[in-house]
Order: sequence, then structure tokens, then C-alpha cells
Amino acid sequence: MHELAVTQSILDISLRHAQKVGAKRIVGINLVVGKFSSIVDDSVQFYWDMIAEGTIAQGAQLHFERVPAEMKCLECGHAFEPTDESFACPKCLSPKVSISKGDEMRVESIDVE
Amino acid sequence: MTQRIPIVENILSANDNMAGVNREILDHAGVYAINIMASPGAGKTSLIIKTLEALHGRLKLGVIEGDLATSIDTDKAIAAGMPAVQINTGGDCHLDAVMVSQALPSLPLSDLDLVIVENVGNLVCPASFQLGTHLNVLIASIPEGDDKPYKYPGMYRGVQALIINKIDLLPYVPFNMDYFRLGVEILNPGLITFPLSAKTGEGMEAWADWLVAQGHPKDK
Repeated sequence: MHELAVTQSILDISLRHAQKVGAKRIVGINLVVGKFSSIVDDSVQFYWDMIAEGTIAQGAQLHFERVPAEMKCLECGHAFEPTDESFACPKCLSPKVSISKGDEMRVESIDVE
Repeated sequence: MTQRIPIVENILSANDNMAGVNREILDHAGVYAINIMASPGAGKTSLIIKTLEALHGRLKLGVIEGDLATSIDTDKAIAAGMPAVQINTGGDCHLDAVMVSQALPSLPLSDLDLVIVENVGNLVCPASFQLGTHLNVLIASIPEGDDKPYKYPGMYRGVQALIINKIDLLPYVPFNMDYFRLGVEILNPGLITFPLSAKTGEGMEAWADWLVAQGHPKDK
């Protein structure tokens, strides 16, 4: 997994934006992470506690908004969460579907003092 | 008092920016680059070496090899007659744009038409990190099984071409090609696919011809 690189990026982005507004402390980071982006919350928090030490983001709480995968059937329009074994539409069984949600991987906002 | 600052920035934006710089360097040198990703053992290195043979000198090829450790792959590439540079990630499970930017100056770009970047063997992480290459290519292989698109959707979504390697093993391994291709089609509709065997050479010509059509060989 690549959580260390991901955590470092989250810290860099947060510090950059906090500096812009002259914040003294970052208390919270709000992340939006889709199912397909394969990031493990606990690992990111683990690395965060190590690499944020000594910065104004030390002790900040990471909040993960998890976005489940969503697919839309191109035949009947039904939106559904795919299972691990099949991506076909559970309603009309069509295999013609497209992915509508689950790719997200962004820093949505930070809470600063 | 706590204040909320909206950001809405992609977590890997720094990597994406560096990938853009790499692309500029490649374009400026007139070099086309592809990023080859696959699980360990899918046949990345042997496919690259066989690709060199199948190109019959139509493109001048250089290689960047990514591995956790060792220079085994680079040694093989150099022995096959290609300029090659090794990146040892020291444990990182993927190449990123910064590693590639550090490797590019070690290749004679002005003499090359095509650079193949061989990513670390892994079906999860490399898909998230753009390198600045023009194309992402995934090598699937028959012994891995037909369920890999369903298990590693991120990887199958992030590529512009798919090689199905080791088709010579189809008679010996349970592999439902229809089930495999259905998963691929959902994740990446219309994805161009090259079933081939780097070992027997079957299908290699189609892949090599397609590569030649993608790149822009330098007029010498």
C-alpha cells in the first residue's frame, strides 16, 4: 500500500493552505475517499501521527468521508453498489454499466484555529 | 475559534504536477513513453525484451526499470541491447513521478523514440500515480486467473491498452476468457487488447505494429 506517500501529500496540502490564511493550528482534516482508491484509513492516521509531529498539524483529527462504489446500468438506468464478484445490474442483469462514484481521493477542507 | 477552510484538492496533486513536467521533457525530446504495470510474474521484463526484437529496429527503445531492490531487470535489458536505468524504490510499492524525473536524465533521450517504464509489480498502487508517460499499459497473464478485473478495478480502469500474456498456457489453466473480458469491458469500455505470448511470439507483431503507430519515430 502507498499510505505513507498519500499521508505526506495530505500533510503538504493542509500545511500549504493553513499557511495561506495564517492559521496557528490545524485541528481537523476532512477527506473524501472513494471505494476504488484503495486507501486504508487506519494506516493514514498511523502515519499522520508520525509525520505531522512538530508541525502545526500535530494532533489534528483526520475525518474520512467514505464514498461507496456506485454503478449505473446503461440499459435500465438503475444505480447500484457492485458486489465483489459481479458488476452486472442486479435489476435487469445487463452487463452494460458505467461507474459513477468511487474514484474520489481529495482533501475537502481543513479546520484551523 | 475553529474555522473551516475549503480546499477540494486531489490528494496526489503534487505527483500529478511532477508528471506534467516529465511529459514536457519527453515531448520536448520527441520521445513517446509508456508505463507498463502488472502483478509480479506477469512477464513485464520478458515482454519488453521481446518487444525490442519484434520492433525490428523500427523504434529506438530505452527502459526505466522499477523494482523494490536489485538491478536484475536492468541487467537483462542492457544485455538485450537497450539503454536502461534502474530505480530501486527501497520498499515503495509503486513508481511515482519524482522517481521517474530523476531517472530520465540517465537515458539518452535525444537518441530514443520510445521509453518503456516498467513499474513495480503490483496491481493496486501504481494505477494511482501518474508518471508523465503518454500511455498506461497493463499486462494481465493467464495463470493469474480470470477474476482480476473484478478484484483490481482501479488498475483496469486506469490503462489505455491491455496485454493478455501467456496465452500459450490457455489449454492448461482454467481461465474463462468471456468472464475476464466482460469485467474489462465494464471497467474500461472499448479498451484495446493484445492477447499474446511473449514466449512463443504469437501476437507479438500486432502489439509491436500498434506501438510503432503510436510513437513518432525520429527522422534520422
